Amino acid sequence: MYAFDYHRPASLAEAAQLLAGNPEAKLLAGGQTYIPTLKQRLAKPAAVIDLGRIAELRGIREEAGGLTIGATTRHAEVAGSPLVERVIPALAALAEGIGDPQVRNCGTLGGSIANNDPAADYPAAVVGLGATVRTSKGRSIAGDDFFTGMFETALEPDEIVTAVHFPKPEKAAYAKFPNPASRYAIVGVFLAKTAGGVRVAVTGAAPCVFRATALEQALAQSWSAAAIDGVTIDASNLNSDIHAQADYRAHLIKVMAKRALAAAG
Amino acid sequence: MVEKGIGARVPRKEDLRFITGRGRYTDDINQPGQAYAVFVRSPHAHARIKRIDKAPALAMPGVLAVLDGDDVKADGLGNLICGWLVKSKDGSPMKMGKHPLLAQEKVRYVGDRVAVVVAETPAQAKDAAESLVVEYEELEPVAELDRAHGAAALVHEEVANNLCYDWELGDKAAVEAAFAKAHHVTKMELVNNRLVPNAMEPRAAIGHWDPGQDAYTLWLTSQNPHVHRLVISAFIGIAPEHKLRVVAPDVGGGFGSKIFIYGEECVVLWASKKIGGRPVKWVAERSESFLTDAHGRDHVTTAELALDQEGNFLALRVNTKANLGAYMSTFSSCIPTYLYATLLAGQYKTPAIYCDVQAYYTNTVPVDAYRGAGRPEASFLIETLVDQAAIEMGMDPAEIRRKNFIPKTAFPYQTPVALVYDTGDYEACLDEALKLVDYAGFPARRAESERRGKLRGIGISCYIEACGIAPSAVVGSLGAGVGLWESAKVRFTHTGKVQVLTGTHTHGQGHETTFSQLVAEKLGVPYEDVEVIHGDTEKTPVGMGTYGSRSLAVGGEAIVKACDKIIAKGKKIAAHLLEASEADIEFKDGKFTVAGTDKSKTIGEVVFAAYVPHNYPAGLEPGMEEGAFFDPPNFTFPAGTYVCEVEVDPQTGKVDIVKFVAVDDFGNVVNPMIVEGQVHGGLVQGIGQALLEGVRYDESGQLLTGSYMDYCMPRADDVPSFEVVTSRGTACTSNSLGVKGCGEAGAIGAPAAVINAIRNAIGVRVEMPATPERVWRAIQSSPLAKAAE
Repeated sequence: MYAFDYHRPASLAEAAQLLAGNPEAKLLAGGQTYIPTLKQRLAKPAAVIDLGRIAELRGIREEAGGLTIGATTRHAEVAGSPLVERVIPALAALAEGIGDPQVRNCGTLGGSIANNDPAADYPAAVVGLGATVRTSKGRSIAGDDFFTGMFETALEPDEIVTAVHFPKPEKAAYAKFPNPASRYAIVGVFLAKTAGGVRVAVTGAAPCVFRATALEQALAQSWSAAAIDGVTIDASNLNSDIHAQADYRAHLIKVMAKRALAAAG
Repeated sequence: MVEKGIGARVPRKEDLRFITGRGRYTDDINQPGQAYAVFVRSPHAHARIKRIDKAPALAMPGVLAVLDGDDVKADGLGNLICGWLVKSKDGSPMKMGKHPLLAQEKVRYVGDRVAVVVAETPAQAKDAAESLVVEYEELEPVAELDRAHGAAALVHEEVANNLCYDWELGDKAAVEAAFAKAHHVTKMELVNNRLVPNAMEPRAAIGHWDPGQDAYTLWLTSQNPHVHRLVISAFIGIAPEHKLRVVAPDVGGGFGSKIFIYGEECVVLWASKKIGGRPVKWVAERSESFLTDAHGRDHVTTAELALDQEGNFLALRVNTKANLGAYMSTFSSCIPTYLYATLLAGQYKTPAIYCDVQAYYTNTVPVDAYRGAGRPEASFLIETLVDQAAIEMGMDPAEIRRKNFIPKTAFPYQTPVALVYDTGDYEACLDEALKLVDYAGFPARRAESERRGKLRGIGISCYIEACGIAPSAVVGSLGAGVGLWESAKVRFTHTGKVQVLTGTHTHGQGHETTFSQLVAEKLGVPYEDVEVIHGDTEKTPVGMGTYGSRSLAVGGEAIVKACDKIIAKGKKIAAHLLEASEADIEFKDGKFTVAGTDKSKTIGEVVFAAYVPHNYPAGLEPGMEEGAFFDPPNFTFPAGTYVCEVEVDPQTGKVDIVKFVAVDDFGNVVNPMIVEGQVHGGLVQGIGQALLEGVRYDESGQLLTGSYMDYCMPRADDVPSFEVVTSRGTACTSNSLGVKGCGEAGAIGAPAAVINAIRNAIGVRVEMPATPERVWRAIQSSPLAKAAE
């Protein structure tokens, strides 16, 4: 790792100020992607601002019938929260399936979505549940608008994710087919029946999480496996790499959608 | 009866320090004044080095030295060697491309050593390494084995067609004749996938030249410190052998990858002298392990089995193309030849076998021994081929094997491929395995899986291996450059405690426990009173190290021989003390007794008399310390039957192993718990090869699977709870212990069992690693699986 200045602010305001004053600084949350990146000298930040000690960024609470989860809340906290289990059990189950116990006890919701790894799990939940991302600049960004491309988000350079608000769905479930090596999603499908209609978010399959609109329409017509069977997934925009070719990923989207459907009930 | 002797399930004495973080690995050692080395590595698979400008790196803070291939040449250091000479069909020797410590003129794989930077701190060394200017002229790479022959590019200019050797074994004419009259021929093309060894501890070394003594010490991660000493002195020429101490302290796994003499370890020793005698430390990062530890396997094979009408095997014909990587590694020549083709008889009485092997250079990491080394390749080939033959002949896979087994009455058995198997009872292992797995109940289990939408399959693998490496004269006649005996010293102290010095090296195998049990049994001393010392050329007698499941069968037998000498000397002393004739003294359970009387002396009393020889046989040397060497008369031949049961999800292609039974004939067993642990580990590696692991390079020779994000190591939830039986042993006749060795069996036998089970489930054979995508695609082409879906 290259040398850098390390900051550990105690408040969001202090963090925002540090970030504004250090255009070359990077934010550190759980560090599950960024620390390996630093260790391999793939990043050379002038400064690292560690968000880990900011109490106001952490925690889970019920809000407007849904859940608001602080940006530095650990995956294990979400997975083990009775509140999450009661309000949106699909979210607890998703968090329980991220990485391994070490990752789950360090990795954070905010870190995951701000990094926007194409194969991460949380982006599927944010999009699939129609969640809203709240930031240090007072913005509330709709999940649909937040993930803009591979490792790209709608965040401005000096903006920090503070929390995510997840509305309570009528039904929801997440099914993933993990990469055997990394345990990231080769394909992950988050499927939800919400007040705003059926939402199907797919992660792992393409450069960025996306909504599978054909599946959404079919499931809106008929909440059934047969509806999923009737849809053709276009493989042309899906990833092909050493782990899976696009046509296999297209096939898996339907298989995972059916499994999520079965789990959602 | 000795407590904690042979046969006891003694918990491993080394584990306390390992699991409490008190092991002492190379990276735990720090020497005063230590400097740090970082290697500059080639980013290209194949390129000419046009220019190296050291000036910017030398100007960086803390830099003590920047050394490259020109410096190696200027100091007259020798090239890395391959210690086994293989000859081609035409009698010509294999074509050895030069393998310098640091690249000269050309780089030949991504990760090839270009230069070393030595600095005051690791970070300074890294910074300086990044600032070294190396200009390359990129050359077309030879990235793939099947394109090596006739490729426009040559890895080594002097090696035409990139062909290192074209070797053969067996009676070609007899094989042709048998094929001509065969009722049926089963033919198969198969790939043995390339693997990264992935020892938990990466390679590391500290080199130190002491100017006062003009002596050298090298601490490193080695499976065979004396072999390192020999090669570094005799061939590399850094230090004379008597002035070089090599220490391999606790070593965190090797699986073969730490047998070899690599450039890095030599360079840090040399660099210490170049900077005036400060110790120089290098510790590989995990990425470097992927890029530079010798990989394993990587064969492409065509195999044909000729059968008669009843399913008797008539002949086997095999052609293999083996990937050597960019350079010959220390033992790489013998892996796809003498450790491979000699095992092609398997457990069967196939009367005629012919194998030829073409070994090619490619612009990839060198390939050498990896857990099993040649024998997994042979076993996988035979056992998938035999299975295919059973299917084509409409026979039960168990029955076609049983029909062709070498019967237990036929030992010793001369195979058509050089080896003489001493003992075995293959049917006993098969029967036990089929019983344990409930072979007869499989159709019901398959039906039950089918009701849950899963495809269930069962697969058998009857492996054999040649271990206890190796009878020196035999391997010498086949091209080995060294003898493969082993040594031991057993030393009593005044107080009756025992130090056992062994030339083998333990890096996870539990020798400290097993050898202590052995000595406790032989000498009748408490297990706790035995200390096993290994891994330091200044302490232990010259030894050849640990690999090829040799440590107990060869090294253990050397300990037995030393113990025998102790007992023989003890009898002389006891006879004197007991005023009896030496011939009347019997030794048992730590006591020397005058036969037929109750007059006795304990071994402790005898040892004390040897060190305080006030009342002592005239003319007998005092002291109680004996050494022995053991050169085995033959290899040992562990064998067994593995049965794997899988459930395949036809929707995704994911394979779950739901049952795995391993019945092994390891001969006699010293510590069943350790042996079972060795089998478990081997099975996991074998399952890893079958389902998960596989090195991928792109067309430009870049390693695509260079981290655990992309290279899939097996984890606990990838494997089932194994059922392991080691009590079916037939005592080996090549050592007095009757032991055969157990370290590699799991990795040798498992892949075919898994792949056969998948074929049984889905109706088609899938190449390794049988990833979900490959299995899913195979299912799309399988009528059997389609019907089930």
